[in-house]
Amino acid sequence: MKAGKGGVLTRKVLFSPYVVLGSVLAVLCAALALMEPRFLTVSNLVNILRQSSVLGIIALGMTCVILVRGIDLSVGSVVALSSLVGAALVKGGVPFYAAWGSALLAGGACGALNGFTVAWMRVPPFIVTLGMMGAARGAALLFTGGAPISGFPEAFRLPGTGWFAGVPLPVLVFAGVFAALFVLLELSSWGEQVRSIGSNPVAAWGAAIPVPAITASVFVLSGVLAGLAGLVLAGRLDAAQPTAGLGYEFGAIAAAVLGGSQFSGGKGTLFGTLMGVLIMGVIGNGINVLNVNPFYEQVVRGLVIAAALVFYGRVSAGSPA
Amino acid sequence: MKGRRLLSVAMAVLLVLSFPLAAAASQTLGVVISTLNNPFFVTLKDGAEEKAKELGVELVIYDAQDDSAKMTSSMEDLIQKKVGAILVNPTDADAVVPSILKANAAGIPVFTIDRGATSGEVVTHIASDNVAGGKMAGEFLAEKIGGKGKVVELVGIPGTSAARDRGKGFHEAMEGYPGIKIVASQAADFNRDRGLAVFENILQAQPEIDGVFAHNDEMVLGAIAAAEAAGRKGIVFVGFDAVDDAVKAVKDGRLAATVAQQPKEMGLLGVEYAVKYLEGEAIPDSVPVPLMLVTE
Repeated sequence: MKAGKGGVLTRKVLFSPYVVLGSVLAVLCAALALMEPRFLTVSNLVNILRQSSVLGIIALGMTCVILVRGIDLSVGSVVALSSLVGAALVKGGVPFYAAWGSALLAGGACGALNGFTVAWMRVPPFIVTLGMMGAARGAALLFTGGAPISGFPEAFRLPGTGWFAGVPLPVLVFAGVFAALFVLLELSSWGEQVRSIGSNPVAAWGAAIPVPAITASVFVLSGVLAGLAGLVLAGRLDAAQPTAGLGYEFGAIAAAVLGGSQFSGGKGTLFGTLMGVLIMGVIGNGINVLNVNPFYEQVVRGLVIAAALVFYGRVSAGSPA
Repeated sequence: MKGRRLLSVAMAVLLVLSFPLAAAASQTLGVVISTLNNPFFVTLKDGAEEKAKELGVELVIYDAQDDSAKMTSSMEDLIQKKVGAILVNPTDADAVVPSILKANAAGIPVFTIDRGATSGEVVTHIASDNVAGGKMAGEFLAEKIGGKGKVVELVGIPGTSAARDRGKGFHEAMEGYPGIKIVASQAADFNRDRGLAVFENILQAQPEIDGVFAHNDEMVLGAIAAAEAAGRKGIVFVGFDAVDDAVKAVKDGRLAATVAQQPKEMGLLGVEYAVKYLEGEAIPDSVPVPLMLVTE
């Protein structure tokens, strides 16, 4: 590091996580646009945003969970269970808004159970949410005997299929969740407490922060957001399936970590996670648009994510010199 | 003294009596089915019963209720009963292996139906011919779009036997139509939401698509949702498996066709080949069961 004092400042700005993630995204997009002109069309970019919103909604919740040194492995199963609850109710003649509410409640209930066990029973979140992952998936399978529920009224599908002012509703839902969480995390005392629990739980107890309640609330949030993602997904597919959301937990965790969240807690931003989600969405889209051989797909996906992480890790380790 | 004598006489009588019983038992076939809680396997059982009646053999049927422990105890029961042969539709390809090894040790031939076994000695495996099914789907799709145009293939989980075989059959069929170009061949992992997202992306890249073949119905149903949301009309979709949602989509005219397995045929062929084998006929290592297209 031969840079002078001014150089350090420039380095700090240049290598801030946002700039790094932003450039990774920009380079990816530029490369794809060069290889396939159709990549860079408004309709494809809107398409990527719409596809990314289900995973994005979950990943935002995951970011909050990781902030308090937690992890939520149950999100994929909760997506399935809560969307089935909503689907079964709306098929049973319940008005669509009540069915939406029940799906969110179901997600919140799974989250509350996770939160209670983690915060008050003091069981590690990995174990608790691994249990919920199995229990919710099993409940979803039992509930329908393994079969999907499909063919919904148009109104129920709106979160997945609707458009408003030229923007797909899934994208608006995602943006709304982002804005609401931004206000909560950055401007409310709740957000401040979440961050202090994550960076130093002992100090948080000392500062008279209600640690168990705040921790539990974060898991409830993750559950509700998984339920919301389930509604968007069910709307898009016109079907709720007990097998839906398989592996979503890994996508959400990968997006959050790619965006700078750290399992040691306290670090991670919504903006970083958003970038992580978009990078993953662009990779998936690029693979299909370029018609990459399916056998290479996993390799390409893994390599791009690993390369981004290595680059990001080196830069953030070396930046403040 | 008198008691012991009586006992030995009784034992001798029992021994004599059990002899013809054992002989009769060799005309009996044991059938273990993974679950009868699924109409597919109920139909398979009906096929087996029909053939057994026709050939005059007796069937002992067990329902494993999707429980590997239950499957194992049913297999052990059949080995105890010294049935002539065991036809098993395993709950799990690995979990069935110890029972097959026990049957092998007891000299009872084993036949697997629909789902195979990872090891142990099996006379033959009776299952749907996925290559033929893929070919059938490809030919149907090709004819439906008039023998020329652009088609998309949605691939199952890469490396699985179903994806390999269905894809192979489809590509074989496409070779017969030089006017057809496969413009995209992408993995969507047998999954409906992946089918939706992958086909959304392909729709962005391909302004012209005449037909889609997916290695299973879940993916094709996702692709149909993508095409409908994008307002792209005139694409011929063909799926595989004939799941309920797909059969309904065929009835509604949203899906052109889906390939159906024929569980009844599996049951019929299973019993037929087991009897052939017991009568000393040579039979192949695997028995492909024909598939059929559901188009209305």
